[in-house]
Amino acid sequence: MKRISLAHGEGGELTERLITEVFVKAFGNEAHAAYDAAVLESAGSTLAITTDSFVVKPLFFPGGNIGTLAVTGTINDLAVSGAVPLAMTAGFILEEGFPLSDLKAIVSAMASEAEKAGVAIVAGDTKVVAKGEADGVFINTAGIGQVYGGNGGKIREGDKVIVSGTVGDHGIAILSARNELGLLSDVKSDCASLHPMLSNITYGLSGVRIMRDPTRGGLATALVEICEHHRVTVELEEGAVPLKREVEGACDILGFDPLYLANEGKALFVADEKDAEQILERLHREEKGKDARIIGRVTEAVSAGRLLMRTAAGSTRRLHRLSGLILPRIC
Amino acid sequence: MDVMNFYTDPAVIRSSVEKVKNAARDFRNQHQRVPVIMEVCGSHTMAFARSGIKTALKDDVNLIAGPGCPVCVTDQKAIDAMIGLAGKQDTILCTFGDMMRVPGSRRSLVDARTEGKDVRVVYSPVDSVTIAERNPEKEVVFLGIGFETTIPLLAMAVRKAERLNLKNYSVWMTTKLVEPVLRTLLDSGEAEVDGFLLPGHVSVVSGEKSYRFLTAEYGLPGVITGFEPVQLLSGTYKLVRMLREGKHAVVNDYRSVVGQSGNQIAQSLMTTYFTFSDEEWRGMGAIPASGLVLKEAYAAFDAKRRFNVTVPPQRKTACRCGEIIKGRIAPEDCALFGKGCTPVNPVGPCMVSTEGTCAAHYQYMREE
Repeated sequence: MKRISLAHGEGGELTERLITEVFVKAFGNEAHAAYDAAVLESAGSTLAITTDSFVVKPLFFPGGNIGTLAVTGTINDLAVSGAVPLAMTAGFILEEGFPLSDLKAIVSAMASEAEKAGVAIVAGDTKVVAKGEADGVFINTAGIGQVYGGNGGKIREGDKVIVSGTVGDHGIAILSARNELGLLSDVKSDCASLHPMLSNITYGLSGVRIMRDPTRGGLATALVEICEHHRVTVELEEGAVPLKREVEGACDILGFDPLYLANEGKALFVADEKDAEQILERLHREEKGKDARIIGRVTEAVSAGRLLMRTAAGSTRRLHRLSGLILPRIC
Repeated sequence: MDVMNFYTDPAVIRSSVEKVKNAARDFRNQHQRVPVIMEVCGSHTMAFARSGIKTALKDDVNLIAGPGCPVCVTDQKAIDAMIGLAGKQDTILCTFGDMMRVPGSRRSLVDARTEGKDVRVVYSPVDSVTIAERNPEKEVVFLGIGFETTIPLLAMAVRKAERLNLKNYSVWMTTKLVEPVLRTLLDSGEAEVDGFLLPGHVSVVSGEKSYRFLTAEYGLPGVITGFEPVQLLSGTYKLVRMLREGKHAVVNDYRSVVGQSGNQIAQSLMTTYFTFSDEEWRGMGAIPASGLVLKEAYAAFDAKRRFNVTVPPQRKTACRCGEIIKGRIAPEDCALFGKGCTPVNPVGPCMVSTEGTCAAHYQYMREE
């Protein structure tokens, strides 16, 4: 690792190495760095804090824009940490020459998303850089939330893995919107706020071990991280992961694995067997959770940390973190 | 059940696995060894690994990967030449996604892009013509790799550039053809295989009859097959059944898209714009008439004739991709596999391509 490459930002193996070898090494606090948000005790209350930067291209895509992503992404990092988002900040780096009308559209989308989730955008910052020094607009956010969720305890054998809906929609929507792949698809990004849905879903349930939002690196990378961090083996059932037909088709053509494509409005749960059906039932009552499925289970509660896929051919294969850039194949 | 669900239906897959295993056991009883089948096409290699079929059949059928991944067989010198071109001022280099990380002697095209060179990924060569049209002040060069599946698209790109009268567009041809490499493999005696699973996509263009030489001259059977799990298993079963019965035919098990004579329009595009050339294959050296280059009449679109690119001396590594694409060894037999060579830091092209044998093993068959 001599220089930063685009792959360092994809959320896979290289991102992990960058975080552990550069950031955690310098800043410490490894325990907090493993989650979407850090949970801190302060004056008798438990707070979750998160920060994120948004550099998406194109800025506008089917289902949202960079502003929608900035707000929902920040809210979701808090929501999957079992927190009610309280407030967030937004910092803008704007490129000289960027159309004001586009900025207004982005900011208006942010305001609308924040209002829907009942979160206030309370502070911000603006910097303008010379033409060519940024790509239109970059947004940095920070969010703070009040932790409500109890700890669902240690992951156990038999625990179920649930995903709240179809995976890979955002990844394919962005690739189609870039129009670089000759791919005609009307897949919309799933970009959506998971609050207050998650607090409603998990209300009164004691067996929710962990929640994650599988963004960059996709479902597989998020699950590999859970397996490694908690030293458990999870076995997914091939064909159980919900996929939109268009996403599946696009992945077939491009040689992508949908399990590694980004999602921006999906939650992943590991939950006690007895709570899993309840979670599924509650998810199915929500528009955003109507395609939710149980996709696998924890087969070993003490292991080196492995994610496996039970294939339709009857064998299992191991899934790893996303490695390198996702690039389309030649034929 | 609709057609697509049938091709991926777990019950059909599992019963097909059993059928293949039973046929393969008959073969083993006859010959005291398992049948050795080469899947020529990189997409087949990847599909076998990803679907879990390769693992499910591992004790009964020895599936080995062949030289059919276009990225894997692209010579190191071609990447070096491309990096050289990308370094020229006012040049935009375009290529397919999976070429980006293939290491040349020292660097890859991703490295060149990280250093600020204008290297762009396109899905179709025709898109690179659009880039040339929109950037008249720049030279746009497309790195044209690929087999019969891709070569007609290169012809379409040149045709479009010709029609648009573009003076700033050219293609660096380093294409490959299936028949010459299969002949070279078989003539060398290095590929100890009982039969071939033949590439579905290539066959759409070249047609069923392009493989008749396998049976006529080498006495080997082959099955043209598709890429879904049930299709892979059906092709494998038909091949093992022929081996069991001592038959040597070429069977078209992908009739829905592969015809006897292939795609005539694509073939006509290829013969209009290109002529045979001797090509360097990574790990295999030069194979006579194993690729296509632009005809003299289209020299203006030939990047090799337009640009003088010096290529640095080749770097020797312990990479054994050459033996892997010839089916001589499995990826795990290479000392670099999973250690010095991973998809994040590939040493050889088989670890880079989404159709590469090493990448398939690393991504889908690695236990640790």
